[in-house]
Amino acid sequence: MKRIVFIALYIVLLPLLISAQTTVFKGAKIIPISSSPIESGVLIIEDGSIAAVGAEGEVDIPENATVRDVSGKVIMPGLVDSHSHIGEGSGGDRSSALHPDVRIMDTIDPRSDSFKKALAGGITTVNVMPGSGHLMSGQTVYLKLRDANSVEDMLFVDDPDKDIAGGLKMANGTNSIGDAPFPGTRGKSAALVRELFIKAQEYNRKVEQADGDEDKMPSRDIGMETLVEVLNGERIVHNHTHRHDDILTAIRLSKEFGYRLVLHHVSEAWKVAEEIAEADVPASIIVLDSPGGKAEAVDIKYKNGAVLDDAGVTVGYHTDDGITDSRIFLRSGAFGVRAGMNRKAALRALTIANAKMLDVDDKVGTLEQGKHADFILLSGDPLSVYTHVLETWVEGNKRFDRSNPADKDFATGGYDVFRGNVHTHEN
Amino acid sequence: MIRTAFLFILFAAFFAGTSTAQLAVKADTVYTMNDQKITNGVVLIDNNKIESVGSASDIQIPGNYTVHEASVITPGLIDAHSVVGLAGIYNSDSDQDQLEESNAVQPELRAIDAYNAREELVTFLMNKGITTVHTGHGPGALASGQTLIAKTSYNTVDKAVVDSSTMVAFTLGNSVSSNYSSPGTSAKGMAILRQQFINAQEYAEKRNSDEAPPENLSMEVMADVLEGKITALITAQTAQEILSAFRLKDEFGFDMVLDGAAEAYLVMDEIKAADVPVIIHPTTVRTNGSTKNASFETAGKISKAGIPLAFQSGYEGYVPKTRVVLYEAALATANGLNRRAALRALTIEAAKILGIQQQVGSIEEGKDADIVLYDGDPFEYRTHISKVIIDGKVVKE
Repeated sequence: MKRIVFIALYIVLLPLLISAQTTVFKGAKIIPISSSPIESGVLIIEDGSIAAVGAEGEVDIPENATVRDVSGKVIMPGLVDSHSHIGEGSGGDRSSALHPDVRIMDTIDPRSDSFKKALAGGITTVNVMPGSGHLMSGQTVYLKLRDANSVEDMLFVDDPDKDIAGGLKMANGTNSIGDAPFPGTRGKSAALVRELFIKAQEYNRKVEQADGDEDKMPSRDIGMETLVEVLNGERIVHNHTHRHDDILTAIRLSKEFGYRLVLHHVSEAWKVAEEIAEADVPASIIVLDSPGGKAEAVDIKYKNGAVLDDAGVTVGYHTDDGITDSRIFLRSGAFGVRAGMNRKAALRALTIANAKMLDVDDKVGTLEQGKHADFILLSGDPLSVYTHVLETWVEGNKRFDRSNPADKDFATGGYDVFRGNVHTHEN
Repeated sequence: MIRTAFLFILFAAFFAGTSTAQLAVKADTVYTMNDQKITNGVVLIDNNKIESVGSASDIQIPGNYTVHEASVITPGLIDAHSVVGLAGIYNSDSDQDQLEESNAVQPELRAIDAYNAREELVTFLMNKGITTVHTGHGPGALASGQTLIAKTSYNTVDKAVVDSSTMVAFTLGNSVSSNYSSPGTSAKGMAILRQQFINAQEYAEKRNSDEAPPENLSMEVMADVLEGKITALITAQTAQEILSAFRLKDEFGFDMVLDGAAEAYLVMDEIKAADVPVIIHPTTVRTNGSTKNASFETAGKISKAGIPLAFQSGYEGYVPKTRVVLYEAALATANGLNRRAALRALTIEAAKILGIQQQVGSIEEGKDADIVLYDGDPFEYRTHISKVIIDGKVVKE
């Protein structure tokens, strides 16, 4: 008898179990980024991907789907942060100024509460950077903020030993200058980088000459292997740089060796925006409450985003968490608009522009059919101070819910909420 | 012809000169902060003072007044605790004077001897609507020195200063030990401070007697604290540090302002009972060290409890080099702080805590003509500060 009840229940519930995989959000203003905002939209999620997005009435809602009315709210893609230090990882040490061999991936704590903080700010994809303080601090890692037990659970790639799981962090200017073995001047900094890339070119030549013959291959050097990926355009260089001349030096070196470059911070971008545009190099910039704190950030301006966008540069914002707080990442876009950036560009700068800089723009950064179901539900205009991130979804899973007190704590802070360390950059 | 042109220029210059002395500011919304807000209001400024304020229908703007218009105006904003002017934008040894590291107890250090009125960060804050800043020796020492209050628009400390010696900055807790070999612990820090206050009690007694002791700069200031001539500004972040501050206050009976107060929400009843105002940490303070448990909601909770509240830009050791109290109040407003209370905390409430409410903090007849003009809601990140007026002069356009 019990068994019959069980089977009957199973038959009744089966359609529900299947339909639970389709979730529909309707009524919200949807900002797909890839197209104009939809005043009253429908977003359909299936198996962690976006099945459809469009205006209410124009999109068929599957039968048996779970439908949530979120009228009055705003939905936009999960935010992409192109430069952060969450996860409490480490990079190269002080034994050398150049650490292409070091992976931050090997030191990330997937349980770090800093990931919860980022989710509370609506961030779903993040480039976690090692360093700073080196010419090359190590390999960065592109993470999806999934519920994870291991860093592997958070990667964009299947096998980090074979696939490119991140970029390479570089820096110039005063950041990497220090006592030996660090360079003492800007000239020496560039010379050390060039020397290493020339070595990598030679290493690459040997690999090419071996043409698959194991006996002719040079002995494995994981640092060189990483730099070969850079030379081959498979791994992107993320270059910390502030002063106008340092920005141009970073561009000069990338042209000499033909690697793909993303400029980071770029405090004096407004002085050389035309040159950056001409070099066709994207800029991942930071907005600071105030200038200063170090000589290179004295001339940083809120208008950097507007000036770069006007010049035609692909421009994104980053948190550099803990320099700025992941929970108020949207503020960066708002400050950009305050200083003259158009709204559309500011919203792109928080999403798809950053996705492009990480080579993940085919998967995230916009709300389009087939892309990952990474999105945020907002209480209002994304660029208003009064707006809260209500929910953060990663691949169809709700990862932050402000209505849940335990989650809300990560948005506001409070007693015993954050136990880990905030990366302070102060050495 | 040349002479006519010259006369014309003189004439124009004359009127330009008088027009800066006599201004009218019209706004859709005037937050006077001493009364209800005025819709469609006018403020008249004569020289450096506010002449009158009221509804546009009640106030006739004289023909020779230069008229400025805005969507919203507020009184000049007050940063209730900063280090700008002592801590410079470059963050190099040559422009960092907020903390003297030779000794953890140096209340005799005067801010007025170290304040750089031309510091770029002061101008930066001015352009963000901060017209008055309470600044000086920073947190990080048991007693780091004195503070001052300055207007942000002048080039010398003498012209800028509103009050040359406002408070003595004290810090409790183990953050002090990261700057000094002594004290090595927070308990030792308390012992050192208690001994200093006991010495100051004896010193005060002697200096009030016929046999005055040889003048001791440090003891003079500590005795002034004990006698209520100068307020103790005590930076205490954790609940334990806050209660230690109250224990000192109870033992020695001085006037104090609680500064920082990251864990205030754990000891709200005690703060209320101590009857002290709070200059809350920047809302965005990093959740590290003694501010690990900071919350965006603390300012709102303090305000709801009826405790006088003001905002601070605080001390930043790196990038960014200062916070902006307008942004900090805005974020607090989005996290439970009543909007009007937030505006009060940035203006009249801060003025009262600093003892300068007769001069600044509201748009009121007879007060300094410090006014900020906005093109929208002051708290919205996208709103522009279109103009700043300090002492009747337009200092930002």
